[in-house]
Amino acid sequence: MASRIITAAKIRDTVERLCIDANLVLRRDVLAALKKAYAAEPNKRARGILFAIIKNAALAKKNKLAICQDTGLVTVFVQLGEDARIRRGLKEAINKGVELGYRRGFLRNSVIKDPLLRGSPHYQPALIHIDMIKGKGLKLTVMPKGFGCENKTRLKMFNPTATIEEIKSFIVSAVKEAGPDACPPYILGVGIGGTADYAVFIAKKALIRNINKPNNQQHISKLEKDLLKEVNRLNIGPMGLGGEATALAVNIESFPTHIAGLPVAVNISCHALRSAAASL
Amino acid sequence: MLKIKLPSEIKKIKGLKAGDTILISGSIYTARDQAHKRLAEAIEKGRALPFALRGQVIYYCGPTPRPKGRIIGSCGPTTSSRMDAFTPVLLKAGIAGMIGKGRRAERVLEAIKRHRAAYFLAYAGCGALISGYVTKMELVAFGELGPEAIYRLEVRDLPLIVGIDTNGRSIYG
Repeated sequence: MASRIITAAKIRDTVERLCIDANLVLRRDVLAALKKAYAAEPNKRARGILFAIIKNAALAKKNKLAICQDTGLVTVFVQLGEDARIRRGLKEAINKGVELGYRRGFLRNSVIKDPLLRGSPHYQPALIHIDMIKGKGLKLTVMPKGFGCENKTRLKMFNPTATIEEIKSFIVSAVKEAGPDACPPYILGVGIGGTADYAVFIAKKALIRNINKPNNQQHISKLEKDLLKEVNRLNIGPMGLGGEATALAVNIESFPTHIAGLPVAVNISCHALRSAAASL
Repeated sequence: MLKIKLPSEIKKIKGLKAGDTILISGSIYTARDQAHKRLAEAIEKGRALPFALRGQVIYYCGPTPRPKGRIIGSCGPTTSSRMDAFTPVLLKAGIAGMIGKGRRAERVLEAIKRHRAAYFLAYAGCGALISGYVTKMELVAFGELGPEAIYRLEVRDLPLIVGIDTNGRSIYG
């Protein structure tokens, strides 16, 4: 049975559109969480800042402006069906789509070709993660993440005998270290297990999951809930000026790991958690 | 709420306390990482500067490109602490204030106090909102740096929170 071919042009156009959508229109789950935090926030100054953040999202959408000027180094998560038929050039099509989307959407060129030599900024390359799934489809998720929060990423290689309290304390300390700098209220992406690199990867990937949707493993979803409570007792609040809204959500992903280790990674997102997805 | 016109009424910052909310109007200059590095180098080597620093306020900001029909793109503050290494040099050279987000190093607090300058917080992660307060934008220097270039912005009633006052007191304690 011949399956349809997903063309490079289709991939390019989809990525172009997703870049603009993600940067201009705040995720519905994030906006809803901000509104909920605003309604619940007892701290007056914190309420004022949350109001500004919500207004910012509305203005970005209305005026077709980026929600945040830091339109990130784009990460693209690709879920590629094992039976999907793609003409060559998946990565080129994605990068071309990013370039077109960023130019058309007046998004910022924040990518330096050489990390040491620096130089003039460009729009891409994007960071592309490809995962194989069953079926003929192709799912693309574009995540523009700013570096104010990316700079606060933490990884710790725990002993396998570490207690849950030690792990929690590490995650909470990552939030304390970020403090007011990375635009709270935060959304915490946490990766537990795998290898060092994989723990950081799944910590970031956790952020694309709807923040109202807990992890489907009970012991992990309990940890998400407990951590959110604990973090929101820190009184960091919006802009770090106090308040209950230090984090909007904690999303954890886990993966099998080695008998000798227990990697834990924290990838913090600012309140402008942005992503957009499409299936082809 | 206290209104301050920049740069003419810069002396008004001396009466501010950390935590106060103010509205600023007038001109400010954007500068972030690479512009700071270049400014600090120029000061240290005694080279000409792209604008007279004395009494001016610097905004840590790298805006998105300007869409057609608009004055500026999204233009919120970037993380101030990355500028900490250069700030004492710039303060010594005469800048009177800085706008950004987040904490500053101890040596920046001391330098702010020594030079009777101030540090302000702009609404963080609200670049689309802040763009509405900008009435003019012009390139001053380092155009090849794109968003990291120095731009002179005219703003009207831009709301700010005093992060560190002229006595070196910080809102973050």
